[in-house]
Amino acid sequence: MTARIGVVTFPGSLDDRDAARAIRVVGAEPVALWHADADLHGVDAVVLPGGFSYGDYLRAGAISRFSPVMESVVDAARGGMPVLGICNGFQILCEAHLLPGAMIKNDHRAFICTEQTLRVENVETAWTREYAPGERITVPLKNQDGQFVADERTLDELEAEGRVVFRYVDRNPNGSRRDIAGITNAAGNVVGLMPHPEHAVEPGFGPDGPDGPRSGTDGRRFFTSVISALVA
Amino acid sequence: MGRVVVEVMPKPEILDPQGKAVAAALERLGYRGFTGVRQGKRFELEVDGPVTAEVLERVREAATTLLSNPVIEDVVSVEEARA
Repeated sequence: MTARIGVVTFPGSLDDRDAARAIRVVGAEPVALWHADADLHGVDAVVLPGGFSYGDYLRAGAISRFSPVMESVVDAARGGMPVLGICNGFQILCEAHLLPGAMIKNDHRAFICTEQTLRVENVETAWTREYAPGERITVPLKNQDGQFVADERTLDELEAEGRVVFRYVDRNPNGSRRDIAGITNAAGNVVGLMPHPEHAVEPGFGPDGPDGPRSGTDGRRFFTSVISALVA
Repeated sequence: MGRVVVEVMPKPEILDPQGKAVAAALERLGYRGFTGVRQGKRFELEVDGPVTAEVLERVREAATTLLSNPVIEDVVSVEEARA
């Protein structure tokens, strides 16, 4: 069985095609989903890609959260379907209350585009099961509203329950509380992160790696993880 | 035709990068003496008839559902606009 993984396109999505390509590269079938269509077309998992959906008007992700497709995504996520939110997709998951917290503008007030090292702290989720605990990975990071915030109680809860999936290492690029780059829900099927694993799946097009410039493919295992989670 | 004004501000404990940018620009332009700037949002919602208690209640609900995110923002006022 080939896993069918949906990628939602909102008006203003930018990385939907990269996400679809990442899915294809690991041998799964990408399925294009449309913001105005509530039908998930029988997919096994969903990726909410990066970009500036609805121009980021009001707040990043705030309008997308009420799009017809999101009602179905929220229902499916509550039923256990793996959902990954990347960058703007993470913002949408927070606005939709599938994940706690919110994103505000970077503390240094500038757009950032860089290669960022992360530590993988939870390898039990549907999207990280093929990483090693504590493994360091490098993937691109590019955003303006990337500062993850939540109240202290929520942060303590996330830490206590092991729901911090990724933490920025070497430096905190945007002022995120406790260096948090990505989190998961209690069940581990919904994961959101600001950095972009889908831009690090093919040699020649990824971040610089040990095998030379643009050789990094550290993002690939997000997508192989979900395939193995689906057959497990 | 009535109009309801909704004002939303970042929570006091949340750093406001936009306010900080404005504060720095004011200083640069020589507008001194301001110890802090916070930037919020003002929405004007128009209705077809008078602004009744029921209209205000619906706006209050919309203000916490869509117009603000309670994790990072407070709705500081929901009021009928003075003509």
